[in-house]
Amino acid sequence: MEKRTDKNLYTLLFATGMVIVVGSLLAFLASSLKPRINENKRIEKQQNILYAMGVHENEGNSVAFVEDSKVAGEFSKYIKTQLVITDGLNIIEDNDAYLIDIKKEQTKAKAGESRKLPLFVGEKDGKTFYVAPIRGKGLWDAVWAYIAMDENMIVQGAYFDHQAETAGLGANIKQRFFMDDFIGEHLLDENGVFKGITVSKSNADPTNKIKDDNEVDAIAGATITGDGVSAMIKKDLKLYQPYFDNLKTN
Amino acid sequence: MGLLGKDSKLISDPLADNNPITIQVLGICSALAITAELKASIVMSISVIFVMGAGNVVISLIRNIIPSKIRIIVQLTVVAALVIIVDQVLKAYSYSLSKELGAFIGLIITNCIIMGRFEAFALANGVWRSFLDGIGNAIGYGVILIIVGFFRELLGSGTLLGYAVLGDPIEKTGLYSIGYENNGFMLLAPMALIVVGLIIWVQRSRNISLIED
Repeated sequence: MEKRTDKNLYTLLFATGMVIVVGSLLAFLASSLKPRINENKRIEKQQNILYAMGVHENEGNSVAFVEDSKVAGEFSKYIKTQLVITDGLNIIEDNDAYLIDIKKEQTKAKAGESRKLPLFVGEKDGKTFYVAPIRGKGLWDAVWAYIAMDENMIVQGAYFDHQAETAGLGANIKQRFFMDDFIGEHLLDENGVFKGITVSKSNADPTNKIKDDNEVDAIAGATITGDGVSAMIKKDLKLYQPYFDNLKTN
Repeated sequence: MGLLGKDSKLISDPLADNNPITIQVLGICSALAITAELKASIVMSISVIFVMGAGNVVISLIRNIIPSKIRIIVQLTVVAALVIIVDQVLKAYSYSLSKELGAFIGLIITNCIIMGRFEAFALANGVWRSFLDGIGNAIGYGVILIIVGFFRELLGSGTLLGYAVLGDPIEKTGLYSIGYENNGFMLLAPMALIVVGLIIWVQRSRNISLIED
């Protein structure tokens, strides 16, 4: 005789029941945890921006952000103004500029609409930092970064992150040995033309002593992630050049 | 092992003569993908222990009411739901840890050991025994992952858990001062396969009964 659980109707009912139970369980979980997750992401953005301009708790080779509980205070202490740049030189101040979703803005730009470019102006030890968020593609998924520059577009600090790069290879872009290489690198060439920074496999400068070659040393086994990083720097940071040009003339 | 009695074999077997990776040849994909560094191997092992233990329990609990025609789909739903729960809870309560784990959590779903043990064991056995089988196999998997991760990170990057144990390759200190070089090939996936192969070789040469004709 056929078992009860082999009947078609039973199978159908079981499948329906399972979908309802699992679906509502996950929906309930997701919606009840969402506020906490969003808050964590917001804190992370502030920590990343502060990290790029050198406000962190690094020891040795570790990457350590400002503590969660202190980040709000530190953020308002160090970040003096948050700007939103549209259409080259249309600049407004917006204290929630750090919440702007770069991914959405990039999609907008592709659709021909004007893109909002957030820029965070921070001050630390009498020095001014301009921190720009950028985003691009790695091997598997998105890569993004916060790059702190001075008024000559020389990198003062960088924080890289990724969605799903390979552990031990592409994922190493968020290691100190890679991020710290960017400090001091020039984004412009000697004539002031924007050149970006290339993650290079052949720059013959593994200790990164030469800072004005527009190149940093690549990570072995992470060619595509590195190319993605170069492309994202070239594409997204170039958009900020008019702002810096304007800064110098004024 | 009074509590476990004869069930203790469920834990000890996968650690040795019935290892999921070296004998059952399951879970090779993740063994290749994430063993370029030791830390990732450890984290993945712990995550899999949790998901395997919990998944085997759930499947065993509902084993008598699962329609056999759609049992694979049911198993997949259970793993996927567990993985999403872990992911969401970590994101909410331990954000930095969830950042560390990143892609691995999603990768657990694709781990064939999990489906393999659901199908081979939990569908036919009681809850407690299924739980032990899940934990045992996940530990057996984790041990191999950690061995592979250890050698790949040590020989490929000259570090262990991120600490430079062999000296600085660029400044030429430590072992590097006498001409030692990191083997970049160790960082690439094929070397994981070769390391797993070497482990299989060692294991079978120590226990000849494991060799099939």
